Amino acid sequence: MDLLSRKATCNSHGQDSSYFLGWEEYEKNPYDVLKNPHGIIQMGLAENQLCFDLLESWLVQNPDAASFKRDGQSIFRELALFQDYHGLSSFKNALANFMSENRQNRVFFDSNNLVLTAGATSANETLMFCLANPGDAFLLPTPYYPGFDRDLKWRTGVEIVPIQCLSSNGFRITKHALEEAYEQAKKLNLNVKGVLITNPSNPLGTTTTQTELNILFEFISKNKNIHLVSDEIYSGTAFSSSEFISVMEILKNNQLENTDVFNRVHIVYSLSKDLGLPGFRVGAIYSNDKDVISAATKMSSFGLVSSQTQYLLSSLLSDKEFTKTYLRENQSRLKYRQRMLVTGLEAIGIGCLKSNAGLFCWVDMRHLLSSKTFEAEMDLWKKIVYEVKLNISPGSACHCEEPGWFRVCFANMSEETLKLALKRLKKFVDNGALTCSRKKTMTTISNWVFRLSFHDRDAEER
Amino acid sequence: MKQLSTKVTSNAHGQDSSYFLGWEEYEKNPYDEIKNPNGIIQMGLAENQLCFDLIETWLAKNPDAAGLKKDGHSVFKELALFQDYHGLPEFKKALAEFMEEIRGNRVTFDPSKIVLAAGSTSANETLMFCLAEPGDAFLLPTPYYPGFDRDLKWRTGAEIVPIHCSSSNGFQITESALQQAYQQAQKLDLKVKGVLVTNPSNPLGTMLTRRELNLLVDFITSKNIHLISDEIYSGTVFGFEQFVSVMDVLKDKKLENSEVSKRVHVVYSLSKDLGLPGFRVGAIYSNDEMVVSAAIKMSSFGLVSSQTQYLLSALLSDKKFTGTYLNENQKRLKIRQKQLVSGLEAAGVTCLKSNAGLFCWVDMRHLLDTNTFEAELELWKKIVFEVKLNISPGSSCHCTEPGWFRVCFANMSEETLDLAMKRLKEYVESTDSRRLISKSSHERIKSLRKRTVSNWVFRVSWTDRVPDER
Repeated sequence: MDLLSRKATCNSHGQDSSYFLGWEEYEKNPYDVLKNPHGIIQMGLAENQLCFDLLESWLVQNPDAASFKRDGQSIFRELALFQDYHGLSSFKNALANFMSENRQNRVFFDSNNLVLTAGATSANETLMFCLANPGDAFLLPTPYYPGFDRDLKWRTGVEIVPIQCLSSNGFRITKHALEEAYEQAKKLNLNVKGVLITNPSNPLGTTTTQTELNILFEFISKNKNIHLVSDEIYSGTAFSSSEFISVMEILKNNQLENTDVFNRVHIVYSLSKDLGLPGFRVGAIYSNDKDVISAATKMSSFGLVSSQTQYLLSSLLSDKEFTKTYLRENQSRLKYRQRMLVTGLEAIGIGCLKSNAGLFCWVDMRHLLSSKTFEAEMDLWKKIVYEVKLNISPGSACHCEEPGWFRVCFANMSEETLKLALKRLKKFVDNGALTCSRKKTMTTISNWVFRLSFHDRDAEER
Repeated sequence: MKQLSTKVTSNAHGQDSSYFLGWEEYEKNPYDEIKNPNGIIQMGLAENQLCFDLIETWLAKNPDAAGLKKDGHSVFKELALFQDYHGLPEFKKALAEFMEEIRGNRVTFDPSKIVLAAGSTSANETLMFCLAEPGDAFLLPTPYYPGFDRDLKWRTGAEIVPIHCSSSNGFQITESALQQAYQQAQKLDLKVKGVLVTNPSNPLGTMLTRRELNLLVDFITSKNIHLISDEIYSGTVFGFEQFVSVMDVLKDKKLENSEVSKRVHVVYSLSKDLGLPGFRVGAIYSNDEMVVSAAIKMSSFGLVSSQTQYLLSALLSDKKFTGTYLNENQKRLKIRQKQLVSGLEAAGVTCLKSNAGLFCWVDMRHLLDTNTFEAELELWKKIVFEVKLNISPGSSCHCTEPGWFRVCFANMSEETLDLAMKRLKEYVESTDSRRLISKSSHERIKSLRKRTVSNWVFRVSWTDRVPDER
């Protein structure tokens, strides 16, 4: 239809992918312990529901923050009128400090280099608008968050060229893969403007290693027009703070402050995962480039954070006692919950990529595929959604190069629900209801025999 | 710097315009009754500060809404997790009903056709992304809100072609102006995708007449293009006539379920009517399913905080509150506008007759040295730096005639407005004795005499001035 733009009528919002279709199935038949005990358990949603009690008790102890009061005085008018795209300075200061705390104060964030946005979704898109022209490309290691196809490409016209990462080395970024991606972009006649990584990784749940960071920094030092965007939205979910290395630390440790690299490294953050507040739409861009900050600040007009929310969170994050306790508790509860999922899967003969962060595990179900194809992965996924009644995310939705991997979330449900999910999966696997390839991998703990059922199936679209 | 995108390195965000520079001057030297009584009074900010007491009273009586509680128990967790781009259903319902109430319940708004956005800034940009390709054009009547240059064009690549409106008929949209704009776009090789109007108008403070609305609907029907009606000021109508929305016209013309109705979209926000610009609450209303579907997905880039959606769903669901509020808001705006208009008259300055908005469109043509935009800028600088009032020059609103200024009246106390008028009167009277009238100015003044309250003689001082950049 000529009346609407191509953006409105095409599919590049990416929302016809299986990632979103699984959600839809869940919406039709959602698990509820009382009302719908046979419904689909949502394991495709990377939410952090483990620490709400800490937030709720803080709110009870500090009622002024939500009630527009400061020292007992109403500041409602002030906040109602506050639409300055520079953001509430008390909030930016608190957020900058929180980000530093998340990195054990090994680095320091300057609130003047921070731009607030309505979630990381908005931050990432805004950065693309600032760093790239339509038709330019960003290199992203696979597998990556399915939402990036929409967030980075849809309205910006920017392209994504994958850096192919494989299970053979734990999906680590290699120099070879990076250079191949760069060559591929050139073949496609695309001007590469940068590399974007998510650290800790979604969907892998692993922190980016020092080696990988060295490779990336070497790459952007050599190629002087290329930016590095590090989406550190999961930084507070690293089970151990010492294992998370932020790009900020590389800049500091390698003394890059007076080099041009300094201005080409940008961080994205959000409170949606660490604090479990996706509804409040709080994201941020951090950059040392004044022009990027200036442009991004103006662009943030299109997605400012509600002043009501900025005020509440500035109070919360300014409370150092709270943030210290929260970060520590959050880490320990996530670690515990991840263990539960990992051991539960092991008991079914299913292995995961060894992970140390995130709200999910990257699960190896290759041995359950009827064939080493994405069609088989889709078949398996459908069985898991419709028969086992678990919504998990297939690797193909994350642009994984190898079929058979799935992202399974563990922090968005109660312990009981997680146990039930594992029980259901075990039952199905034990009953041989899931097909298995004839290859047995070392990661399986139990042995079993499957009868392969071959049905003629049309190749499903990814 | 080729390292950054052209969006960053060009000036298309439009923020070097005088509209924003006036703000900067104000920021350096802001008026404060006690701390800085000689500072610049901000009259360039279209904020509605007249009814906060009503909202504050409601908040005090309904603490659960801000306290994230429902019937005494916490809904914090629910809200913290709620990021559904379809929006909080209770909020959309309350918003739809509020929009209906503003239009006298003559038309209905279906909540499922509402797309929430982070302010109308986001809503307008999103609509552009949905309706126009880079290089396509929208026609806008001048003068228009300066922010549109950024909101509609910057990241979308869309173009704006002005529909020239003039003081000769009170800046109303005429058929010939519409056609001329359309042809101009064609000359520039731009594909016209639609017309965008602000109704009530910013900066004019007037409502579009039925005639203009009918003209617009007929025009978009014949050209097969869209009509966006930004009705952000719909709740600020204080005149005797009621607000006529484009939705009223569609209904009256029995076009509600027609193909044309799919090409008519309304933008709304709570920033002006409720005075809550900080909360970032905007909306797109469209009868086109595809537009709604695409806009909803795009709203991911600017969702409204669930904390805020919850508070406002409670506020707007309270019909007793909304009824009282809309009534009081009208009353207070009317009084305040009267105060500005008579204050200006006392200084020999007239306005376009208005019945809505948070500002007046003020005629200072007779104070210009010459009938040029350079002279307008000179006058504006005098008003900012000498009279110490930040007002918005018509050129920043793309007005085609020099000498008009937008002056806000709802963002300060009565006393401050009084002071501003006093300062202006003093300035005009002191300039009286310094100005020489040129023959042409004299004739212009003679024709203005019928409208101006006081008579005076000007001496125009001619100095060689380098034309300032707009």
